[in-house]
Amino acid sequence: MELSDLLKHTSEWLKSTGPNSDIVISSRIRLARNLEGMAFPHWADKKQGEQVLTTVEEAVSKINYLKQTTIFRLADLDSIDKQFLVERHLMSLEHAQKTNHKAVVIDNEEIVSIMINEEDHIRMQVMQSGFNLFEAWNIINEIDESMNKELPFAFSQEWGYLTACPTNTGTGMRGSVMLHLPALVMTHQIDRVLAAIAKLSFATRGLYGEGTQASGNFFQISNQVSLGHSEDEIINSINGIIRQIIEQENQAREVMLSKNKAVLEDRINRSLGILKSAYIISSQETIELLSMVRLGVDLGVLKDINRAAINELFIITQPAHLQKIENKKLSAQERDVKRADLIRDRLKIL
Amino acid sequence: MLCDICGKNPATVHLTEIIDEQMNELHLCEECARQKNAQMEQQFGLSDLLAGMTEFTKPNTKEAEALVAVKCASCGLTFADFKKIGRLGCGECYNSFKKYLGPLLKRIHGSGQHLGKSPFKAVKSPKKEEGLRELRAKLQNKIEAEAFEEAAKIRDQIKEMEKNGTE
Repeated sequence: MELSDLLKHTSEWLKSTGPNSDIVISSRIRLARNLEGMAFPHWADKKQGEQVLTTVEEAVSKINYLKQTTIFRLADLDSIDKQFLVERHLMSLEHAQKTNHKAVVIDNEEIVSIMINEEDHIRMQVMQSGFNLFEAWNIINEIDESMNKELPFAFSQEWGYLTACPTNTGTGMRGSVMLHLPALVMTHQIDRVLAAIAKLSFATRGLYGEGTQASGNFFQISNQVSLGHSEDEIINSINGIIRQIIEQENQAREVMLSKNKAVLEDRINRSLGILKSAYIISSQETIELLSMVRLGVDLGVLKDINRAAINELFIITQPAHLQKIENKKLSAQERDVKRADLIRDRLKIL
Repeated sequence: MLCDICGKNPATVHLTEIIDEQMNELHLCEECARQKNAQMEQQFGLSDLLAGMTEFTKPNTKEAEALVAVKCASCGLTFADFKKIGRLGCGECYNSFKKYLGPLLKRIHGSGQHLGKSPFKAVKSPKKEEGLRELRAKLQNKIEAEAFEEAAKIRDQIKEMEKNGTE
């Protein structure tokens, strides 16, 4: 597989086929694992870094479950390619920064990705469409078991899987769910909800994980605690929180529909109008307007628009995607024009 | 209201800063708030947080000096390095700094005992597994019925069983 092949299809997690796909974009589980007896990536010398990289690559190639994957060494990728992978949620921003002895393994459907030598030797993730953490867990658990047959993991009976940062020790697991919560934002209830989540020691992040701002009404909610609970318990506790947030978002949507229907319909249709007619548009404005259009689809205000197509527009209008599609470097101004072209084009077909 | 920093855009983010017990309210526009946020994240990085959390393990300076000099025999990382970068050097570091990491892990996670899966195939008795499954289902029912006291009891029972299973 070539990187540009990814442009030809929609990532599995964007397809809007999973449970509660109106409010939940995707569910993701990641596991952190390290090789016994090897220094963690930030502390390893060149030789060790290279040794870990080749050892893990070899293990990956032996695993049946990972037959349909491609390994990309980060040193071989240019800056647009790296950003492209970050935009598709296949690797972290941190992984894209220093690239020595690093690789990312991606499966054809973009369900599985494995970062080698990020903060830990192995960071694997599985993404699913909609609210479906347990399915993601089942898949990643199987990959973890097969990996473990090939590689000895650093582990202690007392503290579980040992990670570079003690905040990940234990299960090494982070479950996160990406939510679209426009009604809670518009009815000014979101701060109250986010404060409650923080009190229960869950983290809220933006569209692109660690250190990013919430934008376009998207929020990623994940567990902070990884030691002292089993994987099932952690998933159950995230699920409990997410169920409540979904209910609150649904209530807020109903209230807006019953009290401010005209205002809401006006905003949704104006957003679609701008997207369909703009010739220059920034990525921030695009995300905000697409968020309203997505809400319009959820509420049945906009008919004949496919939610998966809107989901995909969020990703393919990002800077590296536009440059990958055009197959050349574009300035910010050029991108704003190309972005508007692409959106008009896509919305015409819908 | 205009932004306190740039004075140009309307303030949409309201921030309360406490520096040396002095409370300070800031009203910022989105752009300035973002920059401010980045600054704060730099100031209060994870490593500072972790380093701060280990302070309580050293009641006097003599022990403090000895502590920062402790070195992992396997990878050579010292406790002072860990305090500075907030990351450990290898799996063996957890053993080398066991005395200090124990309380730290407890503070971060509220627990010091791993209860998740383990990489070594523990011999599982099928009967026990079935018992665990039943208990877990019971627990779920109690949580859904909001009978939290009973749920807590069942949870402890499960934990006990799981713990015995991994040893």
